Amino acid sequence: MLLDVEKIEAFYGASQALFGVDLSLNEGEAVALMGRNGMGKTTTIRAICNLTPPRAGAVKLGGVDTKGKPPHQVAKLGIGLVPEGRRCFPNLTVHENLVAAARPGEWTLARVNELFPRLAERHAQMARSLSGGEQQMLAIGRALMTNPRLLILDEATEGLAPVIRQDIWKAIRKLKAEGLSILVVDKTLSELLPVADRCTILENGRSVWQGTPGELTADLQDRYLGV
Amino acid sequence: MTLALALEQLLNGLQLGVMLFLMAAGLTLIFGVMGLINLAHGSLYMVGAFACAAVAAATGSFWIGLVASLIAAAAAGALVELLVIRRLYDRDHLDQVLATFALILIFSEGTRWLFGSFPLYLDIPPILGGAVMLPGGLQYPVYRLAIIAAGALVAFGLYVLISRTRLGMRIRAGESDREMIGALGVDIRTLYTVVFALGAALAGLAGAMVGALQSVQVGMGEPVLILAFVVIVIGGIGSIKGALFGALLVGVTDTMGRFLLPQLLALFVPPAQAGMIGGAAASMLIYIVMALILAVKPRGLFPAAHA
Repeated sequence: MLLDVEKIEAFYGASQALFGVDLSLNEGEAVALMGRNGMGKTTTIRAICNLTPPRAGAVKLGGVDTKGKPPHQVAKLGIGLVPEGRRCFPNLTVHENLVAAARPGEWTLARVNELFPRLAERHAQMARSLSGGEQQMLAIGRALMTNPRLLILDEATEGLAPVIRQDIWKAIRKLKAEGLSILVVDKTLSELLPVADRCTILENGRSVWQGTPGELTADLQDRYLGV
Repeated sequence: MTLALALEQLLNGLQLGVMLFLMAAGLTLIFGVMGLINLAHGSLYMVGAFACAAVAAATGSFWIGLVASLIAAAAAGALVELLVIRRLYDRDHLDQVLATFALILIFSEGTRWLFGSFPLYLDIPPILGGAVMLPGGLQYPVYRLAIIAAGALVAFGLYVLISRTRLGMRIRAGESDREMIGALGVDIRTLYTVVFALGAALAGLAGAMVGALQSVQVGMGEPVLILAFVVIVIGGIGSIKGALFGALLVGVTDTMGRFLLPQLLALFVPPAQAGMIGGAAASMLIYIVMALILAVKPRGLFPAAHA
């Protein structure tokens, strides 16, 4: 098992955000992390990366317990984070964003540019001048350049035009087909479910349902994900 | 007033500016990357000056002293970062100011304890001794020209480091989003120590070079520190380019003000009074310039990308 999250609890200061989240992900699998707004999806991702270290429970990556490890060491265990809001470095060029934190492996600048030709066209431009879709491609490319074993995508298509969304999903499907393990958070079920092998649903900081996209009936969707 | 005299003062201003840049560059890097206000930066300047003077006296070579100043200041910087500063990043600026003020006292007393209260003297290396003839028939010390050249070289080196190397990319990335660069696998704690040591080394270099012009004594860093803060506020906190422009502006304004204002006033009032009023006005001049710049550009000439 590549990622094994067991009963983690996390806090922002005094207020508890996670009350016991279980999540697992096998090598080569794409798992969708679902739930309404404010149910703990982003906090779960922050906890996995030790950006908000869990106070209870355990996160194991490739069998290694991440407890007490600073975020950069967790990242080096093989997590490539594409965070909510993209968070490209606005004062760096596209090229610099890609190489600043790169680690050697099969993902090279050439391969990222092949996946997202737009990044190659804009390589000398400052990241702040990119469109939202281009920044999203850059955030994914930046994570791939660290040659992760697990790619984590948090709201990777949020606020993007439909055409651009399709480009991003196409890239995600391509990455999955190449065998990359992916943990993905997204609001658009119609686009998310075809990509996912399994789903985990969070409610009020707890994992409340796990299963395959096929098992996620309209009732369940209404119960846990409807507005 | 002759043209040669004005040129001499202009060069003095440039030399002061270059020295201020070495101080301000470290200060602005440390604030820009780590968000830390380091009052003890002047102490690292003093450490550089003392290391250079002591080693030069022991070995007879200014150059070995200069290398020693870089090493001593960088080592002192790294040590202070590991022991003290590291605990301050997550705290507010008041805690940082208090702790780094304490460091000033510790460094000053420590230096007094090691070297005594009497100033040390550092000789200008023979190869840079003497003067050159400037257009207009004025003799200008080679050593001061060398300081200007060294400062220009360091400015260029820093530019290459920040804009062309991976370390520079990471420093800039850290300026805009510390957490993200860590989440991508870059060890920010080590990055911070490296940046701090680099800033310290630049301050130490400034101290060593100025040590041959002034006496090397405890407390020599604080007046320079205040000017360096004026520089980074004018230039835009966090911006190296701003530090360079701000330093040259402050250096030239201060020097030319002290030179020109009394002469200007002498046209209207008796010379004795003109000297006094002019001198007083000149020491206010850089603060007036700072106020004017901040009135127009509240975040300085080159505001940093973030915030």
